[in-house]
Amino acid sequence: MKKYLTRKIIIYLITFFIAASLDWAIPRLMPGNPVSLIVSRFAQASSGSASQASLVTKQMFDYFMQAFQLNIPWWEQYALFWRNIFTGNLGISMYLYPEPVINIILSAVPYDILFLLPSILLSFWVGNRIGAWAARSKKADNILLPTFYILTSVPYFWLGILLVWIFGTLLRVLPMSGAFSYSMTPSFTFAFIFDYLKHWILPFLSLFIVSLGGWAIGMRNMIIYELESNYSRYMGSLGASQRLIRKYSYRNAILPQVTGLALQLGTIVAGAITTEIVFSYPGIGYILFEGIMNKDYPLIQGCFLFIIVGVLLANFVIDILYMFIDPRVRIAYTEG
Amino acid sequence: MARLLDVKEYKVYYQTLKGQIRAVDGVNFFVNADEVFGVAGESGCGKSTLGNSLIYLKAPMRYAGGNVILDGMEISRLPDEIMKKMRFEKISIIPQFAMDAMSPTKKIKNIVVDLVREHDKKMSEKDIIDLAIKRFKMVGLSENVMNMYSIELSGGMKQRVVMVISTLLNPRLLIADEITSALDVSSQKFSVEMLDEFKEKKFVSSVIFITHDISVLYQIADRIMIMYAGHVVEIGNTEDIVSKPLHPYTKLLISSLPKMGVQFSQNRLTGIPGYPPNLLNPPTGCRFYDRCPLRIDPQKCKNEIPPLVEYMPGRYIACWAYTKGNDKNG
Repeated sequence: MKKYLTRKIIIYLITFFIAASLDWAIPRLMPGNPVSLIVSRFAQASSGSASQASLVTKQMFDYFMQAFQLNIPWWEQYALFWRNIFTGNLGISMYLYPEPVINIILSAVPYDILFLLPSILLSFWVGNRIGAWAARSKKADNILLPTFYILTSVPYFWLGILLVWIFGTLLRVLPMSGAFSYSMTPSFTFAFIFDYLKHWILPFLSLFIVSLGGWAIGMRNMIIYELESNYSRYMGSLGASQRLIRKYSYRNAILPQVTGLALQLGTIVAGAITTEIVFSYPGIGYILFEGIMNKDYPLIQGCFLFIIVGVLLANFVIDILYMFIDPRVRIAYTEG
Repeated sequence: MARLLDVKEYKVYYQTLKGQIRAVDGVNFFVNADEVFGVAGESGCGKSTLGNSLIYLKAPMRYAGGNVILDGMEISRLPDEIMKKMRFEKISIIPQFAMDAMSPTKKIKNIVVDLVREHDKKMSEKDIIDLAIKRFKMVGLSENVMNMYSIELSGGMKQRVVMVISTLLNPRLLIADEITSALDVSSQKFSVEMLDEFKEKKFVSSVIFITHDISVLYQIADRIMIMYAGHVVEIGNTEDIVSKPLHPYTKLLISSLPKMGVQFSQNRLTGIPGYPPNLLNPPTGCRFYDRCPLRIDPQKCKNEIPPLVEYMPGRYIACWAYTKGNDKNG
């Protein structure tokens, strides 16, 4: 147990170091200068003579370069980046200046958790169940398998747009964007929660439906493989019912699916970006998109850092879970 | 002597895209109560297919004809619901794949309890575990095995665990399919002795012992059946088959075994030249014709399948060389 955990923690620390370094480097590799973007916006807004404007622009440029510490050499910026991570300071947003990045992210996180977690876990659970069912019924399989393949090849945003069109434009029963109506303020009232759920259902469905197909296909194939395995045959030879054999094969088939869940968590965060943009849903994905459009280094870094930590934590939890659900992993690390 | 199992003209084919593979093609034999019946033959002769099909006929295996009578009851075409009850209680198997016959994610205890509960819902968990522990001790396993996973056991231990599980409900007939093949010589000896002990203690009545190793059969079997390419070629008492083989295939098979005290340099081991026929499209006559050194009546051997006849009391042979003057069978 200790050996397993130590090993995993070391791997995760290395992964975090590399991922965070990339997180620092990637925004800086984008073409263009974020400060120029801010300054140009001010320049357009202000009026006055050309020479005056250029002087003001120059002063503003220098001021912001200093404020965002972009005028110092890159290695100092990098060192500062790490110091800030350990002091919990993610900097000030350029685009939503002077709002601290941490506040922006924290205000988005609840929407993400309430939207992503149910759709990921529910599609995992339902998908596995339907997949296992398809594996044992030839008739159901003939209809379900093609359906799963269509579902899993559908892009998240396309399904999102389709849902918005059907429920928002054609039927006009559900709102098309945002996390709640503009007239509302977040509160624990029945009216707000109802309004929130009405906004929540479409983004939730678009993620849920698309991920469902992948889980179901994986489970179906695994169950068919397990039902052909020697232990299934032995149980059949000793007169075990199909129900018991399926129970045993489900137990083994779920293991690679859990590994898949750990891997999927990473891509789901990326998938949620497109979904959130389609629905203008104020989660991390949407904020990250805004940050990228405006070359907001601190905001991009902050969002990515959050995603990195989220993915690593989710993987870590599943690694620990594996100790409990797979005796082979447990035995390999507890003995010797 | 009472017959426990009677198999008549039994055929099991494999359904493939290219056609039917006639793995077991009209075999006739019987197994007496309280005996070890050895089945031998080279790889692909249909001996494992025969063993597996008797208890659990699963696709791509397909029943293609004949009768299987166990304890006076025809079982070859029983509905699965009824056959399910017969398995494990009346007829059981130690499979060839004992090394991975148990799910890797379940404790031995759970596997045993789940399997027995499928047949006897009234038996308490404690009784099942106590019974299994008693049997485990008999084969030299400690009761800790109950709380282990199959992946924690050695090959020999797995074999013994499967042996105990398969015989837990005291089946009348046990099919032991290549149970010595994956083991080292000392474990082989142990397995065979255990099987003998189980028989003595009446945990099982009769055993069909399937192997390619005639020397193992010589130690344990009362009677031996030799199979070739899906057909039975010879059945007889162990002593007769080994010391006085009659069928040309049996003769070659026995003579290809290494002999005690003979050095490799003095007498090179010989095999049987040629290969067994393709069972997708088997020859019309005797299936051993291509490799047979005898060919007593080449025209007849090539075109007509020799029937299995009782050449001497208790001695059955399927060869045209032994049917002459035996008109009522030939």
